[in-house]
Amino acid sequence: MKTRSVRRTRRTLQLAGAGAAALMALGACSSSSNSKDSASGAPDAASPKLSGNVTVFAAASLKEGFTTLGKEFEKDHPGTKVSFNFGGSDTLAASITGGAPADVFAAASPKTMAIVTDKKDAAGTPATFVRNQLEIATLPGNPHKVAALKDLTASGLKVVLCDKTVPCGAAAQKALDAAGLKVTPVSYEQDVKAALNKVELKEADAAVVYETDVKSAGGKVEGVEFPESAKAINDYPIVLLKNAPNAAAARAFIALVRSAEGQKVLGEAGFLKP
Amino acid sequence: MTSLLEPGAATGPRTGRPRRRRVGAGGRRGVPLPLLLPGLLALAFLLLPLLALLVRAPWHSLPEQLSSTEVWQALQLSLVSATAATAVSLVLGVPLAWLLARTQFPGRGFVRALVTLPLVLPPVVGGVALLLALGRNGVIGRWLDAWFGITLPFTTAGVVLAEAFVAMPFLVISVEGTLRAADPRYEEAATTLGASRFTAFRRVTLPLIAPGIAAGAVLAWARALGEFGATITFAGNFPGRTQTMPLAVYLALQNDPDAAIALSLVLLAVSIAVLAGLRDRWMTTS
Repeated sequence: MKTRSVRRTRRTLQLAGAGAAALMALGACSSSSNSKDSASGAPDAASPKLSGNVTVFAAASLKEGFTTLGKEFEKDHPGTKVSFNFGGSDTLAASITGGAPADVFAAASPKTMAIVTDKKDAAGTPATFVRNQLEIATLPGNPHKVAALKDLTASGLKVVLCDKTVPCGAAAQKALDAAGLKVTPVSYEQDVKAALNKVELKEADAAVVYETDVKSAGGKVEGVEFPESAKAINDYPIVLLKNAPNAAAARAFIALVRSAEGQKVLGEAGFLKP
Repeated sequence: MTSLLEPGAATGPRTGRPRRRRVGAGGRRGVPLPLLLPGLLALAFLLLPLLALLVRAPWHSLPEQLSSTEVWQALQLSLVSATAATAVSLVLGVPLAWLLARTQFPGRGFVRALVTLPLVLPPVVGGVALLLALGRNGVIGRWLDAWFGITLPFTTAGVVLAEAFVAMPFLVISVEGTLRAADPRYEEAATTLGASRFTAFRRVTLPLIAPGIAAGAVLAWARALGEFGATITFAGNFPGRTQTMPLAVYLALQNDPDAAIALSLVLLAVSIAVLAGLRDRWMTTS
């Protein structure tokens, strides 16, 4: 009697253990993929039958332009759906190398793209598709008379910069170094949109962001160009990911981004040609 | 077959089939598989991520990772601001809990629901709300700035406020529950003997509910320590001033995963210490 119930409990435990082990094995299993080393974004008009979901991980600064292009892509290829994950390039790179299921990665700097290519998570070589220049975003009407980069060192001026780990922060640092300036911000924001938001909400007086961000904010901020920004122009690389669940549609999306049409849309958003 | 109406049928745990009702070793019943399997899975699910942290921890470089000034700055700021947020929660939250538990006023249930709202609100939303209320351009913050020259965003005080905003509800709910469970007759007896209502609260009620307050304070402190969303939104991120441990972890993860893991280990150790401190509450073996 006693031994039987003990044995039953033990058997149950063994079964449970086996079940848990099986589940873990499943989790550890990675999706196999066709890693054909195709050049990223080779236009392939030969396959018009595209369907399914394309997941695009893109830098926060690409939000406006890419959203427009995503809608266009869905119109050109009925049956497809483009889902975007916009964020800091590093966060995106970290989640891609961590195994997030994405088809396309568009980063705001070659350095953040390298995080993905170094881990062999990209299919082919990344291609630069646009460039972006820094600008100072100030309050509407520029009450603090910010006219140049050195004005950001004024005491009492609340400046926000991007954290040095994100591309806009690295670029701002480069521009400041080129000008030989040292700016002490009130905050190092986690991505460029967060930095812009602080000025939009009038919590900060100025932020070093991209030209595209100033454009996207409409009249909520005023842009101030500065010559040192030429020393820190960011290249934006785009690449097809190795474990892309929907590689065919992903290639077509990259092709659209790099096409004349895509360049036009991104140019309207304030990006420079590669 | 026994019917549910049989006397005593509802007492004591019952396992489904009669043949399973045999008492096994040590007087315990056999564990039904449909409960054991998901239970063990749940345990694995909760423990594995933490084990993974330990497995992947850069043990060899841990000392140098944790000896950088930025880490200590962040840890120090975290401990100080979480403690300050807990103090703010205690000073303001305990009276609120008392009002909710001991007084009758119209709409009390509604107020209670409002108090618990920050518990379910996404912290980032809390941060935005704080900005809109207490920011330089906020509904109240505008006057703080104009009259007193006080701006809260991007300051350590802002961190404390953001943490208190998410942590105080824990304390209020916990203390209110304790108050409801405490016998109000002691207070009443004290007042009949001539004590004012405040004296009765101070000398009778407070000692009575002290354990509940302590538990609520620890919960609030732990919640404040782990606060990320409201802090980065309201107070921004500046090393030594507003960069708490969770912010440091998040940003370290961007370019130095090893440093992020090392920082996470510190937070994990602190959490375990807090749990150990509360073990008589939650980790009872009875």
